[in-house]
Amino acid sequence: MLILAKNELYRLFLSPLAWIILALSQLILAYLFLTHIDYFNQIQAKIATIPGAPGITELIAMPLLNNAATLLLLISPLLTMRLIAEERRNESLPLLLSAPLSSSEVVLGKFLGTFSFLLLLLLLISLMPLSLSIGSQLDFGLLASGLVGLALLLSSFTAIGLFLSSLTKQPTIAAMTTFSTLFLLWIIDWAGNTQLTSDSSSLFSWLSLLRHYETLLQGDVHSSDLAYYVIISVTFLVLTIRRLDSERLN
Amino acid sequence: MSTALLKVNQLSRSFGNHLAVNALSFNLNKGEVLGFLGPNGAGKSTTMKMLSGNLAPSHGEIIINGYDLLTEAKQAKKHIGYLPEQPPLYKELTVKEFLVFCAQINQIPSKKSNSAVDTVIERCGLTDVTQRLIANLSKGYQQRVGIAQAIIHSPAVVILDEPTSGLDPIQIREIRHLIRDIASEHSVILSTHILPEVQMLCDQVQIINQGQLVLSDTIDGLCQQMQSSSLLVELLSPPALITLNNIVGVTNVKQLGQNLFQLHYSPDNNPTDAIVSLAVTQQWQLRQLSPEHHSLEDVFMKIIKNEQVA
Repeated sequence: MLILAKNELYRLFLSPLAWIILALSQLILAYLFLTHIDYFNQIQAKIATIPGAPGITELIAMPLLNNAATLLLLISPLLTMRLIAEERRNESLPLLLSAPLSSSEVVLGKFLGTFSFLLLLLLLISLMPLSLSIGSQLDFGLLASGLVGLALLLSSFTAIGLFLSSLTKQPTIAAMTTFSTLFLLWIIDWAGNTQLTSDSSSLFSWLSLLRHYETLLQGDVHSSDLAYYVIISVTFLVLTIRRLDSERLN
Repeated sequence: MSTALLKVNQLSRSFGNHLAVNALSFNLNKGEVLGFLGPNGAGKSTTMKMLSGNLAPSHGEIIINGYDLLTEAKQAKKHIGYLPEQPPLYKELTVKEFLVFCAQINQIPSKKSNSAVDTVIERCGLTDVTQRLIANLSKGYQQRVGIAQAIIHSPAVVILDEPTSGLDPIQIREIRHLIRDIASEHSVILSTHILPEVQMLCDQVQIINQGQLVLSDTIDGLCQQMQSSSLLVELLSPPALITLNNIVGVTNVKQLGQNLFQLHYSPDNNPTDAIVSLAVTQQWQLRQLSPEHHSLEDVFMKIIKNEQVA
């Protein structure tokens, strides 16, 4: 399982895709980071007088993490699309299926490989707000809650992408369906916002990937939010395992 | 029988209403090479996929080295090496990196994995290309990497699905040589539609058509079938046809050319000696005397056709 994860990560870095994703996402987020700092500089004088005003973490780090989540929503389908669809296309899947590995090991290996790449990306992103601690005081609790939220979000992105990649032979189809699914889950609570009272809307807002992330970004760590991401990830991983098993039967 | 490394019992597989493999049963003993012959679409690859655990059978059981492939899949798969029609390779890796990965997923302990990789590189003649990317190798070398991947963990049974398809004649010879080398240590199942290959490589032959086993024999038994009961005789000054016909054992004579005759005889009464001595005493000026062979192709066609008639 760990061998597969290592292999997955290693092969990812052999392709230019990994490096381009790392470089360009850093570039975009660094630009956004600077604009957030710029904005903070402008209003700093005004809010300095207000007691209990939002600090540097709320005004710079959290918006940055919010932007990062949106950006990763776009990026992660590109990473997950190849996981199984491409193996199927290159007909290299028999290598794993005829090795003494169970389907769950194959799926978890692939999941961990991609997830660790995204965690690496997260680490690089977190360096930006952390750099502020050189000249200022950061709210590390809040920052940690935001980073945990983003990590959990990425794990559900990966699990959903992996499942959709296991359904098809065409990586582009996997990317497209993953992106649509993630985007739908992202905006699904917009329906909830308009009709706050009805039952269906509370279901929709519970389903929303964004809603649970927002509470974490505000520093509210609810076990229900953490559980939501774990449930999503586990569900899609189990579905992927089932899918690989049923392929042998059909 | 405890010596059979692979036991297949009533194996069937259907896709929807189409029955691809129908009640296949056979055993493979240690050190044997089993050739799977059949026209395209006969169910060869489906059988191979089932034997390697890539496809679950609809019915039947597969026992590898005492482990049931369906219920003890992990144990059973340790004893299989599989090369599908299309070699399963990660083309962005170098040969060495890929084989190290294969050693790891086949659970070779890390202490032994280096020596296993080195051994297999040497056996498959990959020494010169270890640091090259698989994507840049020729088809023949990619096929060798595929074979290397299948034998790296010294499995009891090696399953090769059309290992020589798409190669040039020199590469085919090299791969055949390699397969024969592998067969000295492992049991091999080989599927092919190239008939001479079976004659060269296999101890046992199974012909499968439309999912059913139509012939299962040793290669010697098959050669017997191929032995026909006719002689080709060329005589510069031949006698009358009736004289040839009267030689003891000859059942029928056919004149093929001015000096060329085809003599049929009953299988238990070979007239070769009689013809030679008669040709000498009667000065027929014998130029050629050869037993006619049916090629494996003829036997194959005969069996397949019989099957279709029945």
